[in-house]
Amino acid sequence: MAQTFKGGLHIDDHKEITNRIPIKKIPGAPVHIFPIQQHIGAPLDLEVSVGDRVLVGQRLAGSSAFVSAPIHSSVSGTVTDIKQHLHPSGAMVTSIFVENDYQDEKHPDIQPPKPVDQLSREEMLEIIKNAGIVGMGGAGFPTHVKLSPPPEKNITHIIVNGAECEPYLTSDHRRMLENTDEILNGLTIVMKLLGLSEGYIGVEQNKPDAIAVLKEKAAERGNIRIVTLKTKYPQGAEKQLIYAVTKRQVPSGGLPADAGAIVINIDTVTAISRAFTYGKPLLERIITLTGDCFAEPGNVAVPLGVPLSYLVEQAGGFVKEPKRLILGGPMMGISQYSLDVPIIKTSSCILALSTADTTYQEDSPCIRCGKCVTYCPINLMPLHLGRYAAEGNLEQAEKYHILDCIECGVCSYLCPGKQSPLQYIRVAKQQILENRRKKQ
Amino acid sequence: MQLTMSSSPHIHAKESISTIMLDVLIAMMPATLGGIYFFGYRAAIVVLTAIAACILSEYAYRKLMKKSSSVKDLSAIVTGVLIALNMPPAVPLWMVVIGSAFAIILVKQLYGGLGKNFMNPALAARCFMLIAWPTAMTTFSEAVGNVDTISSATPLSVLKGVSEGTIPELSASFFGNIPGCIGETSVFLILIGFVYLLIRRVIRPHTTLCFVASFALLTFLFGKNQTDYAQGYYTLLHIVNGGLLLGAVFMATDYVTTPTTLLGQIIFGVGCGILTFVIRQFGGYPEGTSFAILLMNVVTPLIETATIPKKFGEVKRNA
Repeated sequence: MAQTFKGGLHIDDHKEITNRIPIKKIPGAPVHIFPIQQHIGAPLDLEVSVGDRVLVGQRLAGSSAFVSAPIHSSVSGTVTDIKQHLHPSGAMVTSIFVENDYQDEKHPDIQPPKPVDQLSREEMLEIIKNAGIVGMGGAGFPTHVKLSPPPEKNITHIIVNGAECEPYLTSDHRRMLENTDEILNGLTIVMKLLGLSEGYIGVEQNKPDAIAVLKEKAAERGNIRIVTLKTKYPQGAEKQLIYAVTKRQVPSGGLPADAGAIVINIDTVTAISRAFTYGKPLLERIITLTGDCFAEPGNVAVPLGVPLSYLVEQAGGFVKEPKRLILGGPMMGISQYSLDVPIIKTSSCILALSTADTTYQEDSPCIRCGKCVTYCPINLMPLHLGRYAAEGNLEQAEKYHILDCIECGVCSYLCPGKQSPLQYIRVAKQQILENRRKKQ
Repeated sequence: MQLTMSSSPHIHAKESISTIMLDVLIAMMPATLGGIYFFGYRAAIVVLTAIAACILSEYAYRKLMKKSSSVKDLSAIVTGVLIALNMPPAVPLWMVVIGSAFAIILVKQLYGGLGKNFMNPALAARCFMLIAWPTAMTTFSEAVGNVDTISSATPLSVLKGVSEGTIPELSASFFGNIPGCIGETSVFLILIGFVYLLIRRVIRPHTTLCFVASFALLTFLFGKNQTDYAQGYYTLLHIVNGGLLLGAVFMATDYVTTPTTLLGQIIFGVGCGILTFVIRQFGGYPEGTSFAILLMNVVTPLIETATIPKKFGEVKRNA
């Protein structure tokens, strides 16, 4: 029986475009761009200057703050520029430009650490922090922080998120098929770090091959359970995944640790495994190139910092001119207007679509069909939230629990009135949080 | 390369207001065609008149108020068909025209158009007409007969004992071969539409089922049975005769004027059932479905506020 949560719905997933295509390794680009903001937390300080030669795995920027994650060069070469550059979020961010010399010279510090069973908890966390590992599902929360829950929280479940519920995405799916051992190894390391004897990997039913191979290999270890999840969006949302696996709800306004659980992404555990096996910092990630425009859609292992234009070239260019380019999945990804944007730690997919999204109609009414209420995975009433948010009535919006919204986009996706409640909700949430900060 | 920027989500379901309205129209087709079959060409003329009057009212009002045309969303046609289904087949056509204009302009557009009205336009029109022209609105013709000559009381008024006549067989009422409004006589054809709406996921079954079930329960327990039939049979007669099912399937499930929460829909359905029972048993009219739904329409905002769902995460923290 597949486990699940209440609400949500199955969305046409288009995963067949890329889910059978093995991961292809992409060589480095002539110039790599490293924005110094690829995580949630304290800003980083530059550790290189223009003209410096840098090596593969060398730190480019870092911070002594606990909630931060350093950035490393994925290629060897010369720092040619440090300037404001377009970031996938749409903002201009200080970015380090490294010209690739294609020598692939490794930094001497990249050495395998001591075997895991000889490491203390603190040493393990230090390794993860120094490797610059963050949540690669999209948020970019530093992983060593996530794995250091307050001592009073009784953590019982560590869950690897293999749901991959966003339509089109297949990068985690391919990881699970091709790097099964590394995923299990990474999870085992995290289990040791947290002092847990059991670990969980949740995978949606639409990836039976991944479930099969994970189950087979997990059986050899005996302490990892593969949980089959119903194929339903947003199954991979943190709170929904925790509920599906543990039947516990993360309390409103709380963290997963408040429900005794910690969730980590597939690519993140892979990176952890590599940090402990080879001493390698986070230098690459898997990207799904998909949609109806790429000549050669597929899944690629990409060194961080390559611009989108280079990836498009590597995928044989476009056969159809895209009207929309989305970094991430179609439900929660961010649309891009320029191919100059680099791949960062939290990128997961380039979705190129030849159709313009013209569904939104400003003067189309809400007919109170209630579908947003029925399918909201948090049991909210997006029709009222969207209206109050649009009117700027933040007080009422808060009464209807606007801050609990996880921004999954189910309401806007479904709306037959072609309204976009989420768009307004997002803005109102930011305003409310800003007002609270000002008050403090 | 010209790239369009948008706020996520970047994909959307195909379903739109007009596809939903089209589904509702399809669901009403069996009952509409059945009405035309039972009552003849006069019924067809009533249906076409109501549709035309609704479209025209909608178009003219939006044009005069310099608002975008909303005829294409098909909601005016749905209102037109619903009004027609609620008319006696022999109703004078000019009344239908006035009723349709009342529904579209006064009940719907003056409150801001589709989605803003607090009462079901078709039902409000029916009740307005019932009060304005009580005789014309309660003169019913025999099914499969000549509308101009034969008129008779409805089974409900006979059941209530306010008019003389014979109570039709249960099966006749089920299939629609009885006097009544154009679209209300055949329970069978209405249920086909109900099943279609459920399959297409346009509506959920709760409102309709709670409506009928609560009405049936009350009638079975407290109905003043003046017939020779057993109480159970009497209850069944009350369900299949009159506008109960037409209302429960097509009007108590109207999106705009009913609660959006599941619990709210259940309360709404039960409320409709209770009020219909009260009006039919103790009120001045033999039929109470329309008034019951309208009264519940009015309290819908209260029901909705009282039934805000419990959000995910209302649990204690793990300490």
